Amino acid sequence: MALSSIWVVAEPSNGTLTSTSLELLTHARTFGATVSAVTWDGNAPALAALAGEYGATTLYDVGDLNGALPGAPVASAIAALVASGAPDVILIPTSYDGRDIAGRLSARLDRPVLTNVTGLIDEGGVVTEHPVFGGTLLVRARFTAEGPGIVVARAKSFAAESAGGPSATVVSAPAGDTGARGGATIVVSHVEERTGPKLEEAAVVVSGGRGLGEADKYALIEETAKLLHGAAGASRAIVDAGWVPYSHQVGQTGKTVKPTVYIACGISGATQHMVGMKGSKNIVAINKDADAPIFQIADLGIVGDVHKVLPALIAALKSRG
Amino acid sequence: MNVVVCVKQIPDPAAPQALEPTHNLNRSGKLILDEADTYGVEMALQLVDKAGAGEVTVVSMGSAADVAGLRNALAMGAARAIIVSDDSLRGTDSLGTAKVLAAVIRRVNPDLVLAATESSDGYTGTTPVQLAELLGLPSITFAKSVSVEGTTLKVNRQTEAGYDEVSSPLPALVTVTAGVVEPRYASFKGIMAAKSKPIEVLSVDDLGLAGEVGPAGARQEITSVVAAESRQSGEKHVDEGDGADKIIAFLESIKVL
Repeated sequence: MALSSIWVVAEPSNGTLTSTSLELLTHARTFGATVSAVTWDGNAPALAALAGEYGATTLYDVGDLNGALPGAPVASAIAALVASGAPDVILIPTSYDGRDIAGRLSARLDRPVLTNVTGLIDEGGVVTEHPVFGGTLLVRARFTAEGPGIVVARAKSFAAESAGGPSATVVSAPAGDTGARGGATIVVSHVEERTGPKLEEAAVVVSGGRGLGEADKYALIEETAKLLHGAAGASRAIVDAGWVPYSHQVGQTGKTVKPTVYIACGISGATQHMVGMKGSKNIVAINKDADAPIFQIADLGIVGDVHKVLPALIAALKSRG
Repeated sequence: MNVVVCVKQIPDPAAPQALEPTHNLNRSGKLILDEADTYGVEMALQLVDKAGAGEVTVVSMGSAADVAGLRNALAMGAARAIIVSDDSLRGTDSLGTAKVLAAVIRRVNPDLVLAATESSDGYTGTTPVQLAELLGLPSITFAKSVSVEGTTLKVNRQTEAGYDEVSSPLPALVTVTAGVVEPRYASFKGIMAAKSKPIEVLSVDDLGLAGEVGPAGARQEITSVVAAESRQSGEKHVDEGDGADKIIAFLESIKVL
């Protein structure tokens, strides 16, 4: 049975929609179903053109959340919409708020959720693809009962392409009273400034791991990244250790990056990390352990000490001007 | 202040992982307390300590054949553990797990529920919020810091751009990121004390959930497992002072330089 209706949770951010939202809207079009989007934050009318351009015919507007964390109110609004006509599947970006919405909605509708999805295939119903064991195996799965199935898809799983569609029709979809569930509110937001290109968009990513030995040595990563006009990333191990902020983390719980070249320095290649960078066009690894798993996916592996190789690399890059 | 911490005993992530013919993760080896859960246990112990009253209960689902992981949490200082262990739970999905945990937590009726942002084996990352919805609680995920002032919970929550200061009334559910606190090592005294702390084992029938959870309740199936398109490893070179030159040459070859 072909799909007839797909909804995409289109996450607002800084007056636009997140790139993962646009990727999901783009991919949703390939199923030949009617695509609708759901957004919030009181900016929906301004986003209708963008949602429409990427293929949504309707943009459901939950409205201003008045500081509430999105999980409870957005799930509540979607559940109310489902009650008056359910789609076959609801696609949600993997993000802090996206996962909250998916979890709330799943429990609310009593429908299963499939997460960490990196591929969606139309086989008369949606078949999802999930990388496991650091991306060495691909698991395919499907829902076996009445929809809507809830799918949480990872960033950069699909390319975002404009369809040049007309502006979506905005339809109000209020959350209603969320009671105690909606009790968490944002008091104030803090933005951590960073210089250079964004990690997810940089053509060159230089990442550091436990092999750096100590927090101060992360400066080597930052300097190399700067000289290559790239961004500095990190493994979960050194983020957990408090050496660098969470916003630098590449991997399962962090960012997914697909740069032209990814340079892994002192990173062994835990499955957790590989999932976030395996899609890089080229991978260079520097690690003193010749058996480190990272070498299995590296196009160029340097078995050596990052404390020697990186300073030499920095000097060589500087000498080129 | 009474705190429940949801914990999971998982196969050692450092050991080779494999799927069984049923596509379930092979869990036949030694199980350990998921390291991601140690942060929640530590956070809970600190909050209870600060409140000056109450206790920490760890709640889990999975095989009770090996409870070393739960003992580890008890040795850190949790007062007791409850584990739902039932063969019929094999193949339960995240929502089913949340239903099981919710049934247990309703019995404890805590002021705060803590969990990791996701487990290190299944990493679905939705169970805690599904649990909050089932319990009718507010939830704050990805906490970088947690404090309680009276009946108000204050959390710094990770965001894409930085962090948000979030406030919520209690009771509530919070998921903590690794690094929110430094988990303590169990002391010898703690390890000895843990041996006599209660571990309650419950079945699905005890919770009145027969038929609702397990593989049938998951309403999803794995259709195939295939090898992912593998990356070929390229040249591996032992640095003899020329490693940086090799990298420069490689970057030139791919036109980054």
